[in-house]
Amino acid sequence: MKKYILDLVVTQNIKLHANYVLIKLTHANPLPEMLPGQFAEIRIDGSNTTFLRRPISINYVDKATNEVWFLVQLVGDGTRKLATVKQGDIVNVVMPLGNGFTMPRDVTKVKPLLVGGGVGTAPMLMLGAELVKMGCEPAFLLGARSSKDLLQLEHFERLGKVYTTTEDGSMGEKGYVTQHSILHTDRFDMIYTCGPKPMMVSVAKYAKAHGIECEVSLENKMACGVGACLCCVENTDEGHLCVCKEGPVFNIKKLLWQI
Amino acid sequence: MADLSVNIGNLKLCNPVMTASGTFGYGKEYEDFVDLEKIGGIIVKGTTLHHREGNPYPRMAETPMGMLNAVGLQNKGVDYFVEHIYPQIKDIHTNMIVNVSGSAVEDYVKTAGIINELDHIPAIELNISCPNVKQGGMAFGVSACGCSEVVKAVRNVYKKTLIVKLSPNVTDITEIARAAEASGADSVSLINTLLGMAVDAEKRRPVLSTITGGMSGAAVKPIALRMVWQVAKAVNIPVIGLGGIMGWKDAVEFMLAGATAIQIGTANFIDPAITVKVSEGINDYLERHGYTSVKDIIGALEV
Repeated sequence: MKKYILDLVVTQNIKLHANYVLIKLTHANPLPEMLPGQFAEIRIDGSNTTFLRRPISINYVDKATNEVWFLVQLVGDGTRKLATVKQGDIVNVVMPLGNGFTMPRDVTKVKPLLVGGGVGTAPMLMLGAELVKMGCEPAFLLGARSSKDLLQLEHFERLGKVYTTTEDGSMGEKGYVTQHSILHTDRFDMIYTCGPKPMMVSVAKYAKAHGIECEVSLENKMACGVGACLCCVENTDEGHLCVCKEGPVFNIKKLLWQI
Repeated sequence: MADLSVNIGNLKLCNPVMTASGTFGYGKEYEDFVDLEKIGGIIVKGTTLHHREGNPYPRMAETPMGMLNAVGLQNKGVDYFVEHIYPQIKDIHTNMIVNVSGSAVEDYVKTAGIINELDHIPAIELNISCPNVKQGGMAFGVSACGCSEVVKAVRNVYKKTLIVKLSPNVTDITEIARAAEASGADSVSLINTLLGMAVDAEKRRPVLSTITGGMSGAAVKPIALRMVWQVAKAVNIPVIGLGGIMGWKDAVEFMLAGATAIQIGTANFIDPAITVKVSEGINDYLERHGYTSVKDIIGALEV
């Protein structure tokens, strides 16, 4: 897929709560085609601690309004600075980067489960929307520390059944996503997951133990975003592969995780 | 439009802008963003005799106005390059230059000999300065006699333009540059990355898997500029300047300090189209100051 360097215009910056913002951006021309699971490298200007671009996954593409959404967790100087953009500001974005999730071949026979943890729920929204568009019925299993960290639930609920877990028990079942009862009562044919590494490892273990196809989306620290610098590598059955170019989505069979 | 062409050994560059090894992949990674033929020369990823997996993750740390990397020369080896990568890049209409790395003189010689046979590779850049590999060549780059040994050996088998990439991690870089020149190098490029380190205070651990790594980016520019200035005065072969070049103005500064051409490295990560913008910016500068050729500003610093 062709990659672009674009000056996008901020249409909305919505504070979801103290640690998360949802930034919506548009362009005078139609936005490029983007696949669920792909990401963008966003330029943060102005400070000596935000020298490199920040890789942020594509949360959703609203074709009707020609907007791309980025769900941003405020973790460091770069994301904090990005969170201050205002309507009308220009944000320089390189996208779309990486490979998206593998879409099921026969949608009528596949029951996918989309597992997201924390800000890792971001790509699951676009993936869920695409699956619905294809005629699939995705279920979502979303986990976070507490209820306030469960984001965009109203959007997920419009796409399918949503199951939640929180570590403090403030919403859904108490505990981690992999402890949710749905994993014992229901059977899924495909699992897609994104979130903290320990969570993805647990999900991958569950998928492997139950013989379910599983794709994970990784977020190793990266510089170039296009497979040039070889900084963001993950160990795979083919040796070191770049998360930015060969990923960020990998089938768990490819990874050398101890699962 | 000013004349932007420069010569490095037998190489004719349509403009003085090149890309630094390890920051531009094999060129193809950037073809969506820039017209590769508008770049004076593309120096592809460091290539070694044998396949190298490189260092474990994490390999990168962002630092104030720069970054550290510890990739460790990950590449599939020269045979793979010849079979699989060369056919994809040989018809790109610019100077496609291979950066050759190694850990023993024989490895450099064998690799250079193989690349000498490739019609569409008009030059190599000999990397005697990688800080991220044990005996990753830097052993050769930190002493004049180590430099001479490897450059002489490669010169014997390599008949095209030979560029030697120098390490800044030395007491006197001019001594190494002179040794490279005396041993048959057609040009020297400098600087490779500066050895640095990053610590995660919360975890009380180094950020990089290798503890230390190579520093690059805007922060290293004053050091690079100083070294280019010193080396340009010390040798008679063309100097290629690199280190922290983020825009056309930096490039012009390096050329005024004595560089015949420049390389853009880390800046490619921040603006994937920077190379072409820099050559356009150099042209604007020349026109604004009434120069007809970029050669007129090489070493034109008034002191």
